[in-house]
Amino acid sequence: MKIFCISEVFILVLALLLAVIRSLPGPVFFPLRVLAIVYADFFRGVPTILVITLLGFGAPALALNGVPTSTTFWGIVALVLVYTAYVSEVYRAGIESVHPSQAAAARSLGLNHGQSLAYVVLPQAVRRVVPPLLNDFIGLQKDTALVGVLGSIEAFKQTQIDQAATFNFTSGLAAAVLFVAVTIPLARFTDWLVARDRRRQLAGVPA
Amino acid sequence: MGSVPALRLERVHKSFGKAEVLKGIDLEVEEHQVVCLIGASGSGKSTLLRCVNLLEPIDDGRIVVRGEEITVPGVDVNQVRRGIGIVFQAFNLFPHMTVLRNVSLAPRKVLGQSREQAEAAAVELLGRFGLADRRDDYPDRLSGGQQQRVAILRALAMKPKLLLLDEVTSALDPELVGEVLALVRELAEGGMTMVVATHEMGFARDLADRVCFLDAGVILEQGPPAQIFSEPREPRTQQFLARIVAAGRL
Repeated sequence: MKIFCISEVFILVLALLLAVIRSLPGPVFFPLRVLAIVYADFFRGVPTILVITLLGFGAPALALNGVPTSTTFWGIVALVLVYTAYVSEVYRAGIESVHPSQAAAARSLGLNHGQSLAYVVLPQAVRRVVPPLLNDFIGLQKDTALVGVLGSIEAFKQTQIDQAATFNFTSGLAAAVLFVAVTIPLARFTDWLVARDRRRQLAGVPA
Repeated sequence: MGSVPALRLERVHKSFGKAEVLKGIDLEVEEHQVVCLIGASGSGKSTLLRCVNLLEPIDDGRIVVRGEEITVPGVDVNQVRRGIGIVFQAFNLFPHMTVLRNVSLAPRKVLGQSREQAEAAAVELLGRFGLADRRDDYPDRLSGGQQQRVAILRALAMKPKLLLLDEVTSALDPELVGEVLALVRELAEGGMTMVVATHEMGFARDLADRVCFLDAGVILEQGPPAQIFSEPREPRTQQFLARIVAAGRL
């Protein structure tokens, strides 16, 4: 759970940054945009378990000065690297789904590109992509179990220990119930938020 | 009077890909004048307005606002847009903000006004046009006419010297058109320089100092409303007006 919370915060922030970089206009930002695209393509292409094992076992094995050896640390880094790539695409879809007339209205009032993004486009974009963000949220929750491969204690790992000790699978079931108990209320709350926002979004549209 | 025109377009051309939408527009608007653009859909009215506030770059020609050419490279686009207000057919209010924030956002972020200052000015503006009690509502709670009026006030909050209205009543139910036109009329009578693209011929006839008929990317004919509506010279103008009358809109 700790791994999940820490990772999620970094992912949400870094992915937004990546998505904004990809949307920067003009030839001057071309190198940055290319870097962002390469990053997203690479980390969506490579299997997550591979990134986790390479970083989780490989980085500590390098035994370089100043490089942390904690598997929890590298587990978080690996998850953040991979999920930032996926989530940045979700944000990008959100940004592009905001009708260009919104940006046009903002720019027409004299707001510059950054202000129009910050006050008009992003607030709408982020609200729109809450369902797919939740999807990745849930996926991350489950993928933290992969970090168990590195030996960190996670709910899943803990149940394995219990299972081995008692041949009793109820703790496995308990872990499953725990995951579901968190995600279902979250999903309903998301639906409510989306419905309210959709009402506001459709305000100016002729019926 | 010898004063500098509020707006001048010289030989403006604009294409979208292969389609040339503006084929050489020459237009002059004096301060405090109301110029109405009429013409069929696709004649270039919206594109013309969008070019004036630099939402669309022009391909040829010049646009000069109060003596300063705005179509030169290196111009501060945001600075130019502070002095020009534009209101669109689809209102384009920010749906995630209350009416008050919609109106006060740009004065705060662009003009650097404090929140109290900007909101007080916004409340005063809204109050003047009967919308003060809606200030904490989100746009989805307002009727089309109210939303459009808020959109106009949002543009006015920046105190522009030139106001561009792009068919602001075309998306409204007929009974809501009146309240928006009343607002625009008040602005015109208060001396705001305006270029108004409209299908509301009655409005154009009553308030315009000059009416320009756009056809296929050029201003085919322009003149005082009395002349354009009663004695149009060009056959295309006569055709267009005949259709409008037949549709019961004049």
